[in-house]
Amino acid sequence: MSVIFKKTTGLTEAATHYCPGCTHGIAHRLVGEALEELGLLGDTIGCASVGCSIFSYNYFNVDMIECSHGRAPAVATGIKRTVPDKTVFTYQGDGDLAAIGTAEIVHAAHRGENITVIFINNAIYGMTGGQMAPTTLPGQKATTAPAGRIAEFSGRPLKMSEMLAEVPGAAYVERVSLHHPKYIRKAKKAILKGFTCQLAKGGFAMVELLSTCPTGWGLDPVEAMEWLEANMIPYYPLGVLKTPEEV
Amino acid sequence: MSRTLMKGNEALARAAIRGGCTHFFGYPITPQNEIPEYFARELPKAGGLFLQAESEIAAVNMLYGSAAAGAQAMTSSSSPGLALMQEGISMLAATEIPCVIVNVMRGGPGLGTIQPAQSDYFQMTRGGGNGDYRILSLAPATVQESAEMMEESFALAQKYRTPVFLVSDGLLGQMMEPVQFDRHTKKKRAGNKRWILTGHHHRRPPRTIKSLRLDPAKLESHNLELQDKYGRISRRETRFELYRMNDAELVFCAFGSTARIVKNSIDDLRQKGCRAGLIRPQTLWPFPVQPFKTLPESGKAVICVEMNCGQMVDDVRLAVEGRMPVHFYGRCGGVIPEPAELSEYALELLTGGAA
Repeated sequence: MSVIFKKTTGLTEAATHYCPGCTHGIAHRLVGEALEELGLLGDTIGCASVGCSIFSYNYFNVDMIECSHGRAPAVATGIKRTVPDKTVFTYQGDGDLAAIGTAEIVHAAHRGENITVIFINNAIYGMTGGQMAPTTLPGQKATTAPAGRIAEFSGRPLKMSEMLAEVPGAAYVERVSLHHPKYIRKAKKAILKGFTCQLAKGGFAMVELLSTCPTGWGLDPVEAMEWLEANMIPYYPLGVLKTPEEV
Repeated sequence: MSRTLMKGNEALARAAIRGGCTHFFGYPITPQNEIPEYFARELPKAGGLFLQAESEIAAVNMLYGSAAAGAQAMTSSSSPGLALMQEGISMLAATEIPCVIVNVMRGGPGLGTIQPAQSDYFQMTRGGGNGDYRILSLAPATVQESAEMMEESFALAQKYRTPVFLVSDGLLGQMMEPVQFDRHTKKKRAGNKRWILTGHHHRRPPRTIKSLRLDPAKLESHNLELQDKYGRISRRETRFELYRMNDAELVFCAFGSTARIVKNSIDDLRQKGCRAGLIRPQTLWPFPVQPFKTLPESGKAVICVEMNCGQMVDDVRLAVEGRMPVHFYGRCGGVIPEPAELSEYALELLTGGAA
């Protein structure tokens, strides 16, 4: 019998605390696989951010540091500027990256920090219990938007990838989705590209992963995947927003 | 013995490089700009890295990442900037990251003024960030002492795996004085390095630097370990200077640049027949309690003088424990007290006039 699939050594043996149907598990696996395939696990330092993924340091088989809410890109900057030969990545949710940490992410891109940012966009605050995020869609219900997001009141959702692609220092920005195996394969390629960009000293790279939060959305896992496809992808179009020629 | 005429801020920066500083992250704010400007010019020549951050919040987090990766890193700022850094400072204390943070204090609250003040005594000794933590706070009174404490601060940070504050003010930072750099402090890094993030190289389990402990028992034991360390720092690193204290009837307490003004008043008062002396805390935390427990028999009253509305006086009262009256004299908002007004206040106090 030949082995056709096995768990990546990029992840530890710890069982994750993520809810059933949450795509953090898939995102973790893809990041772990990418680091393993590139032979980077021993030379990588990851930055965990505040949100459900704060415990990612229990799951990634790399050295990790816990960062205050939104500050991971600044912490990553300090690390990368100190040990430029290490691979440095942040793993941030949309509350962390698109709300409280907007200054840090914009200026990490602005300086062209040679880091890889894994951006999980599930259009809601998961860990704190389903509050409205800057990425919550118009009409989407959240505990702090009980009637659904009202664009006239709270604004229209931020498109971080489009925004950051406009920053001169950003080298590679791509948005992918985790709702279907076909898209997961594309996501894997994008994550690999995010890390090879850093290896080539290409500059700031960010991969936005459209993700599900069945618990926060009040849907079962399958409905959540369908909801993502039907609602998030039209607002957050998939694709490469910026790419350096050499990557 | 060569002496150089230098601004306090520049002397701090030069001493930091001599002390082993390899990485500096900061954001402009008056009256400390000479520090990052010096680093921008000089740190790359010394093989280090200077990086200007987009905010004090980012600067302290860059410091966190850099020091976690093994650098001897520092930042500097002034009062409102320190307020912005407090979240990060709490994190640095929780994760026991050795690094140095300079505060060249200005008047507050709010944006206040760019003129000198000591109104961050609370911010430098009581935290401002959340949780139970303490930061070793060094408080120099001269440019020479600024340089010496700055140089030593990196070794202290490494020795105790702790952030260290160097508490200066706009007066000390902006004044020029002769300073001597000949004395050499050891740059050797103490302690183990097994907490530094290096990548595991497949030779050990992955390492995590973190502060979150959701299990109350684990967080309590982490807190108790931190408290043990703060106890060690208290026992070993408490520092103070006594000036003309042997027969003092009037005991002044002042730190930093205010202490120098008070020394002038003491000399003046002694000429007028009033036996005055000074206890000058050189560490704000740990606060030097011992000299207040062993006040001379001649002591009648304590006057705490600060460039604020009364902050250190709380610690003085706790240390004196009611053994004698403790009075406060302060100027604030960037106003610097004159030696004459302090003498006048002291004499009035002795004759029963002052409050």
